[in-house]
Amino acid sequence: MTAEFLSRIQFGFVMSFHILFPAFTIGLASWLVFLEALWLRQRSDLLRDLYFFWMKVFAGSFGLGVVSGIVMSFQFGTNWAGLSTMAGNVLGPLLNYEVMTAFFLEASFLGVMLFGWNRVGHRTHFLATCMVALGTLVSSFWILAANSWMQTPQGYTVVNGIIEASNWWAAIFNPSFPTRLVHMVLACFLSTALVVGGVSAAYLLAGRWQDKARLMLRCALVFVAIVIPLQIFVGDLSGLVVREYQPAKLAAIEARWTTARNVPLTLFAWPDEAAERNDYAVDVPHLGSLILTHSWSGEVQGLKDFPRADRPPVAAPFFSFRIMVGLGLLMLALAVVGLLLWWRRRLYASRWYLRCWIAMMPAGFIALLTGWYTAEIGRQPWVVYGVMRTVDAASAVTAAAVMGSLITYFVAYAILFGFGSWYLLKVLRDGPGSAPQRFPRDMTPQRPLAGLGTGNGENAS
Amino acid sequence: MTLATVLPVVWFFIIGFAVMMYVLLDGFVLGIGILSPFADDEQQQELMMNTAAPIWDGNETWLVMGGVGLMAAFPKAYALILQALYVPVLALLIALIFRGVAFEFRFRAESSRRVWGLAFCLGSIVAAFAQGVILGAIVEGAPLKAGQAVHGTFDWYGPFPMLTGVALIFGYGLLGATWLVLKTEGRPQMVARDLARPLMLVVIAFMGLVSASLPFLDSRLMARWFSWPNMLYLSPLPIATAVVAVLLWRAVMKNRDAVPFVLALVFFALGFLGLVVGMWPNLVSPSLSIWDAASPPSSQGFVLVGAVIMLPVVLLYTAYSYRVFRGKVRAGEGYH
Repeated sequence: MTAEFLSRIQFGFVMSFHILFPAFTIGLASWLVFLEALWLRQRSDLLRDLYFFWMKVFAGSFGLGVVSGIVMSFQFGTNWAGLSTMAGNVLGPLLNYEVMTAFFLEASFLGVMLFGWNRVGHRTHFLATCMVALGTLVSSFWILAANSWMQTPQGYTVVNGIIEASNWWAAIFNPSFPTRLVHMVLACFLSTALVVGGVSAAYLLAGRWQDKARLMLRCALVFVAIVIPLQIFVGDLSGLVVREYQPAKLAAIEARWTTARNVPLTLFAWPDEAAERNDYAVDVPHLGSLILTHSWSGEVQGLKDFPRADRPPVAAPFFSFRIMVGLGLLMLALAVVGLLLWWRRRLYASRWYLRCWIAMMPAGFIALLTGWYTAEIGRQPWVVYGVMRTVDAASAVTAAAVMGSLITYFVAYAILFGFGSWYLLKVLRDGPGSAPQRFPRDMTPQRPLAGLGTGNGENAS
Repeated sequence: MTLATVLPVVWFFIIGFAVMMYVLLDGFVLGIGILSPFADDEQQQELMMNTAAPIWDGNETWLVMGGVGLMAAFPKAYALILQALYVPVLALLIALIFRGVAFEFRFRAESSRRVWGLAFCLGSIVAAFAQGVILGAIVEGAPLKAGQAVHGTFDWYGPFPMLTGVALIFGYGLLGATWLVLKTEGRPQMVARDLARPLMLVVIAFMGLVSASLPFLDSRLMARWFSWPNMLYLSPLPIATAVVAVLLWRAVMKNRDAVPFVLALVFFALGFLGLVVGMWPNLVSPSLSIWDAASPPSSQGFVLVGAVIMLPVVLLYTAYSYRVFRGKVRAGEGYH
């Protein structure tokens, strides 16, 4: 095994691990903003309890996201020195903007958000929550700009084999960036909403914290119902961009071998890359052309149009794309059924339906990961599409060194994942109990218990 | 004077500033971890961690700023250094992972409480050592031998990086001890005071040892320090360092609260400045200069616009968050 191959496995592994946490915290941060804003208006204990409960979940996953994210910022040098040398002029500045506009913002206000409840006023605390949420979104802006530039590079020139930026606006707002950014942010929101809904379903089934669980389930359901159709629409737009700028990737996703009009939609098949054909294909006539080109008889390019050396692997993008879309459709079904049950006033009592929410808890994350596999494996054999090959991007380190680091990351992340899951389950099992009251620092509360259970969370402020 | 001559100089200082901020700010947090075995009991250990819990994350971000800044402004140096120092960088990252998650996990843990306390301590020690090794290897010029990039997995190994590695453990320990003197009271503060005194002597000794070995390095990095008349122009730096060392000693012996921490920071900053002055104008001594490694003005200029606007804002709200959490930390504070 070469150092390059091992580095690819390592990057895929540390990235897949990392992305789960930012994805969750991007959604959670906005959910916390929503909860605290509602609390500021209504001042009910229920909302404040929910805020503190989800803040604990947020703290754990944010911590895991930070530490696994620091690893990412050094991977480009340790394992992908070729990429850093050739494309660092473009990727470095984009990532640096992410640090300056997002990471510091999140990190600094996170402290105030987690520990400042008794030290700053309500509005300031809310502002801190907003800043953390803003940071998570700004961060996704830059990271998606960098990644989308690697998919559809624009605004650059190549000077002596080194990429130099010639137009930053064009580089950042490259063709695939707008749709991919929206697609990713919505995916993060959906993943979080499915967890929120799943947790409330579990509480409803267990007969605990009923009021809080009902409120959360309603929020999650309404949110998924609004966002999932939007997400399917944006995903479709993203597909059109792929068709225009990365035709080989599209051919791999659809396992199309020959260029043709009136292509069917292949629901399932076993792509055989050596023989350049699909076995056991289940096709729906014309639907492929309709979805991919928005016309009944549109032309879709096949893989045989590309030299073998320029083709991505077929099976991985083909299957991971189908898992993503399948889960998206399940989310749509979950929302539609939920709205029906709500209308019939049976939402909280239908135990089978609540179990569906629990089953769907990881669906957002799985869809998100398989979506990324589709995008990244489909980009192969290029690391910067059409400009630089992945083979040329690797560092000149030894395979043994990369094997060592891969095993180290694997062991370390297994421990983190194990304990992280335990942490999360413990917080969820403890449930949204009573959040601390607010006392201004150095002021003894006059009536320490006055706020308890009265629906008025305020004491001496 | 063209942009291509000036911008690398500006970026050399921005990245130097970011790395220094990291060394100072995460230095004292790592110091808390290094000293955590000296706590009387679990509660005291928790109190020590609580002094840094709201701010460690922002402190660590300076490391990312330094790393990614290097990638943006000097991509060649970024690629060269990180490849050559693959093993110490891996050790640093893994150590920082366990140190970082210990903040959240230790509070929530029950039976594994001691394990995460240990992870916090070992993570801090290994991270400090790895940083010292990386610093020493760069100063020594390990990534470049005879103008060629070095790719051997352990080619960075040598007595000097080992020396700087151990020195940094004690150095961070000193920063941590003086921080705890500032932020705690009663028994924990006494423990920190007792630690600060010997640490200070050890750190001053290490600083002398590191300075004394500089002329013997292959990189001839510190030739500047020992040639006439440079020695004269640069003399204020070692003199200031000596003066600060004396002041620090007096402040610690007089049991002051805040002064030792401030002086320890200044002492550290001066030492760092000494190394940076010696490196100038190379990023990897002896032959990769800031102009060789620089990204074109289109990149450096683009990020500079952001840095000029954002870094003051970042410093402003960093200061704000320190202000929110000013004063002594008492038991039982936190959201947990």
